[in-house]
Amino acid sequence: MDGATLTMPLLAVEGLTKRYGSRIGCADVSFDLWPGEVLGIVGESGSGKSTLLSCLAGMQAPDTGAVLWEGRDVLAFPEAERRRLMRGDWAYVHQNPRDGLRMGVSAGGNVGERLMAVGARNYAAIRDMAIDWMGRVEIGPDRIDDRPSAFSGGMQQRLQIARNLVTGPRLVFMDEPTGGLDVSVQARLLDLLRGLVRDLGLSVVIVTHDLAVVRLLADRLMVMKEGRVIEAGLTDQVLDDPQHAYTQLLVSSVLQV
Amino acid sequence: MSDYNFAYLDEQTKRMIRRALLKALAIPGYQVPFASREMPMPYGWGTGGVQVTAACLTPHDRLKVIDQGADDTTNAVSIRRFFQRTAGVEVTERTAEATVIQTRHRIPEHPLTEGQILVYQVPIPEPLRFLEPRETETRKMHELEEYGLMHVKLYEDIARHGEIATSYAYPVRVEGRYVMDPSPIPKFDNPKLAGNPAIQLFGAGRESRIYALPPYSDVVSLDFEDHPFVASKADHDCDLCGAGSSYLDEVITDDRGSRMFVCSDTDFCNSRQAEGHRGRLSTEAA
Repeated sequence: MDGATLTMPLLAVEGLTKRYGSRIGCADVSFDLWPGEVLGIVGESGSGKSTLLSCLAGMQAPDTGAVLWEGRDVLAFPEAERRRLMRGDWAYVHQNPRDGLRMGVSAGGNVGERLMAVGARNYAAIRDMAIDWMGRVEIGPDRIDDRPSAFSGGMQQRLQIARNLVTGPRLVFMDEPTGGLDVSVQARLLDLLRGLVRDLGLSVVIVTHDLAVVRLLADRLMVMKEGRVIEAGLTDQVLDDPQHAYTQLLVSSVLQV
Repeated sequence: MSDYNFAYLDEQTKRMIRRALLKALAIPGYQVPFASREMPMPYGWGTGGVQVTAACLTPHDRLKVIDQGADDTTNAVSIRRFFQRTAGVEVTERTAEATVIQTRHRIPEHPLTEGQILVYQVPIPEPLRFLEPRETETRKMHELEEYGLMHVKLYEDIARHGEIATSYAYPVRVEGRYVMDPSPIPKFDNPKLAGNPAIQLFGAGRESRIYALPPYSDVVSLDFEDHPFVASKADHDCDLCGAGSSYLDEVITDDRGSRMFVCSDTDFCNSRQAEGHRGRLSTEAA
């Protein structure tokens, strides 16, 4: 890592606001994300965390504010460059794997798509990469020619992660990656994600309503309510010593078995 | 001659189509929208090709129409007769003598020359359609040259069949820019798209799109480094004229598995037979 990347955050968000008519999607959100850092965003349904994520990932245009990628405003990028970013340095893991996968294309084709999109033209090399990445997310090489529709929900989610990470992105957005999975599958997926994030030194923005997910994955945490960030800090600090009344409520609402 | 305007379409419509054609020639491989008209034939029978031909024809032209290479099938005969009636132009079955050739699913075997126009009938002009159903999205993909998806299709072919099994409508990249569907010609004909001295025009009536290849265009069939493009044909000689290098149709001749292979280009086959070439099943009298 050179000096420039150490002195500049990978992603800097300044005063991001998105309104839906008179209602607020998210308001005046600012944060910095440093290389190799995992930022969790938690909050209840309707708190604006998904709006924030889709604004960050360029899927919606915010009303005001700036998203700086290595110091350059992503919102001012021409579309060609923004899409190049989306299939190169950035990746987006959807909550529902069906939104992020091509269900009519084999698992190998799904993983290979990003490679081919950035210019890979050697079949054997693409296939080797696909097998390698499917192995890393614990999908056997014998499933490479099966379609994702023949996979279980947990496998589909792991395949989506492999498909996103194959081109070596530096920043990954995740929208409730464990949503809709049963707890044992969730645990394995979290374990896998934690390993990948640590091994690859990924920067991640992860949105979830599940505090256990952020406890395991996130270095820092932002709590959102009604479109605003009400508390932010180190994950353990926020979860163990919540200051804001809503955060206290959120932490105390977690069921203990 | 009939009471129709020359070549059926009114002059304003032809003007509109010619503008689209000029734009298409200026941007090789780009799909130009045009105001496709109702034609006195069903969609899928060549309404796009007929409109392009009508816009190109002059009273001095000599027209040839082929369907799967043949001059004598229903579609070819009907369209030829249509222009005989509405334009009064000369018609021919000889590739070399024609100035305008309307084709469905083939490029003639006889090499085309400068000054000839080849008009293709196109059912679905969008090469990305079966991969991405949204028109807004495919336009954006063309705009930004995002053609990775096209290779995903070829990847799937190899994964499933061990080779690129796409055998017709094989996607090509034109002048290093637009990916284009060459209409459902067999991939055997793909090499003839490149560097062809004739003007190649593509008309899709139902989809209201026109695209074109100017003479001597650079056209490359998409492939992988380790699975290169192969222009395949049936591994036989023509049973009537003995040609070993032309595209062949397989014809079932009885219900006991007998079959014969014949040139799909009837003009090519007939002229070879007239020159005395004979194939496996030729009768000596022929």
